[in-house]
Amino acid sequence: MISPLLSVSNLHVGFGRDLVKTEIVKGVSFDLSAGETLAIVGESGSGKSVTALSINRLVDFGGGRITAGSIMLSRADGTTVDIATAKEPVLEKIRGGEIGMIFQEPMTSLNPVLSIGRQIAESFRLHRGLTGRQAEAAAKDALDRVRIPDAARRLKYTPNQLSGGMLQRVMIASALACNPRLLIADEPTTALDVTVQAQIMALLAELKRETGMGMIFITHDIGLVAGSADKVMVMQAGEAVEQGPLDDILDRPQHAYTKHLLSAVPHFQSGRAARADFARQQKQMAALKVEGLTVRFPVSGSIFSRSPGSVHAVENIGFDLMPGETLAIVGESGSGKSTTARAILGLVKPIRGDFSTPGTNAATRTDPGVQMVFQNPYASLNPRLRIDSILAEPVIAAGEPVTAKTRERMAMLLKRVGLPEDSLERYPHQFSGGQRQRLCIARALMLNPKILVLDEAVSALDVSVQARVLELLIDLQKEYGLAYLFVSHDMAVVERIAHRIAVVYAGQIVEIGDAASVLSNPQHSYTKRLISAVPTIDRRQQHFEIDTRQIPSLVRPAGYEPPQADWRGFGGDHRARVEA
Amino acid sequence: MAFLRAIFSHPSGRIGGTIVLVYLVIALLGVFGVTPHNPLQQFRIDRLHGPSMKYLMGTDLFGRDVASRLMTAIGQSFLVAFASVAIASIFGTILGLTAAWFGRLWDGLVMRIMDVLLAFPAILLALLIIAIAGPGSFTSIAAIAIVYTPIFTRVVRGPALSIKGREFVDAARTFGSSRRYILTRHLLLNLVAPLTVQVTLALAWSLLTEAGLSFLGLGTQPPAASLGLMLADSRNMMETAPWLLIFPAVAIMISILGFNLLGDALRDIFDPKTRSRPA
Repeated sequence: MISPLLSVSNLHVGFGRDLVKTEIVKGVSFDLSAGETLAIVGESGSGKSVTALSINRLVDFGGGRITAGSIMLSRADGTTVDIATAKEPVLEKIRGGEIGMIFQEPMTSLNPVLSIGRQIAESFRLHRGLTGRQAEAAAKDALDRVRIPDAARRLKYTPNQLSGGMLQRVMIASALACNPRLLIADEPTTALDVTVQAQIMALLAELKRETGMGMIFITHDIGLVAGSADKVMVMQAGEAVEQGPLDDILDRPQHAYTKHLLSAVPHFQSGRAARADFARQQKQMAALKVEGLTVRFPVSGSIFSRSPGSVHAVENIGFDLMPGETLAIVGESGSGKSTTARAILGLVKPIRGDFSTPGTNAATRTDPGVQMVFQNPYASLNPRLRIDSILAEPVIAAGEPVTAKTRERMAMLLKRVGLPEDSLERYPHQFSGGQRQRLCIARALMLNPKILVLDEAVSALDVSVQARVLELLIDLQKEYGLAYLFVSHDMAVVERIAHRIAVVYAGQIVEIGDAASVLSNPQHSYTKRLISAVPTIDRRQQHFEIDTRQIPSLVRPAGYEPPQADWRGFGGDHRARVEA
Repeated sequence: MAFLRAIFSHPSGRIGGTIVLVYLVIALLGVFGVTPHNPLQQFRIDRLHGPSMKYLMGTDLFGRDVASRLMTAIGQSFLVAFASVAIASIFGTILGLTAAWFGRLWDGLVMRIMDVLLAFPAILLALLIIAIAGPGSFTSIAAIAIVYTPIFTRVVRGPALSIKGREFVDAARTFGSSRRYILTRHLLLNLVAPLTVQVTLALAWSLLTEAGLSFLGLGTQPPAASLGLMLADSRNMMETAPWLLIFPAVAIMISILGFNLLGDALRDIFDPKTRSRPA
């Protein structure tokens, strides 16, 4: 047995003035050998990020202190150093040189005014003492290594000219610039789309094989690590509740929390977990019928040049939604799925297209029968209003008086969504993310709507909270006969809640149909790509090809009209667009 | 109550808050004429009398009690400062809110006018307005209000723009909430914190501007007392009767200090980033 690359024992980390009271990490131990990947899995607040930040002592800059334990790192020259007690000059050599790190948000981790070439070259200058041409050449090699096409030209780009997935590759390139022996990846794909996520995961796996470095991968999604990790450590409330080889943890979990994570978290099952509790009846009136919905945003030109056209965000989208049914609109960022939802609520103006609901008020273009729940529970409640004022707003907006009966309904809805009764007198900041989303749902239900538009309504929540909110939504749907328009990028979540699925790509529906049918038997190439990119526990043995295709630009010259699409049916109401 | 406690548990808030409270009491006494002597009465025998038990801060060239005059002067200066800041904050807030909300031409028009007003130094612009309208208390209130309106417009417009893009405003639109409801409950309510800080700081500046205008003879007119006017009158007797200069000068200085300290404390209290910082 070779001696481990990194050996952490009994690590304690505290924050603030009272280091014992606010202890975030409570005695974590693990070993990592070269060429091995350890996944640290846990929900927000479990201490997984703090553990990782302690390993290169970046935690010091966030106000944390390592109060006990040791972090032994065997360095490239064969010596061993205890990072927990090392001095800052030593640490500066180790960070970047021996331990590389990539973060969740590639957009904010790069300096927006410097070209990416300079930023990568900087780590060569600092750690290897390269200068000028040499550093530039090394930067180009680094970009080549992370498979960025056309690397020489891209060196001169600034971060805003690259997509999120490209930027994350740039981050990886600069983290790997000095051939670190250990790479720490803190939720590196959480901010990215699924297909991009699959590419980054595949890239990291390949790079690990090439360089033989050790990797610590922090994530909240146990499905994501299934394909790449060798060992898993599950953390809860600052303690490692279970750790062991990947297959043991996934197939034979011992601790209750691991079992809970594995069962409560929605895992994608290729349509096998799709709901089957709804069947369309003939002659039923649709709750919402959308036809030929088109939204375009003009691109503004400068004073001297004409406008190059407009962004065709939503192009000729049509569907219908029955009472009591869930239609999921899935797609990646920039596909126009949110714009579709916002157009139906009247938040953006469509240039064409009809949508009719039974109760649309022609004057205000709003319908109290259609309500929306937004993605970010922290931003969708006014922090300075009390909950009773927040819940009263839809009632006031509808021009109705706020009476004792309204307050009764508030209390009833709060109880129904599972919040304590005294919530009415509290303020939003006194609630957790999941509770806030329940508040948003209660607010949306105040006017007894027929249709609820849920725009990524569970995406910002922790996985187990996510599962509970989904359950609540399904219960409410059965109780009130609500129709849901569920906009999401997360296939596992969609599988749990959708009856029908519409796949949106570049502003157009490319495939629509029964959920089980679309997920188990995708027909359009984009749907196939989307589904194959979803990380699952079942498919952990499969490997992904690196695919650098990007969504095409949606800017079209003025007057451009896309050609009419042909559709092909695949049994039932499952249809897909015929590809050219 | 919790708010007052927060101010008084903040080190500079405690000092600033106390100073401002003491000044407010003095100003109220001065405005309602509760002074040791009649500020206009001339005790001819005791002209240029130094500070004593009878005349706490001495008397001036005409034998008027400096302490009494100082109290009415503070009352007068505070009246001008509060009135002008009230006007400036109300107009500035309305302009800033509507500029942020409606955007486009209205935004451009309002903000360019504010830019022009901001381009002039405060005292120069106030001088210009008074030169046109003629000196007096009311014109100085109007002049100072106009000078400080652009600052409020800017302070309101920036945060209002960012709040306008928040999801709770989108949510309000989906309910069909009226524009007035969104502007007052969602935007204005979230602007209370920056506005409170700005009002406190603007009070300090407008006190100073008022004193400056009166010093130049363009604000409060004699025989009424004002801090700037008292300074101007005492200038020539600086060596023979220094108390005439020292007391009003110190009064101005401490009041400005008080408002600035209070403003800093309010900024800390309202800012979540500085609030959570370990001391």
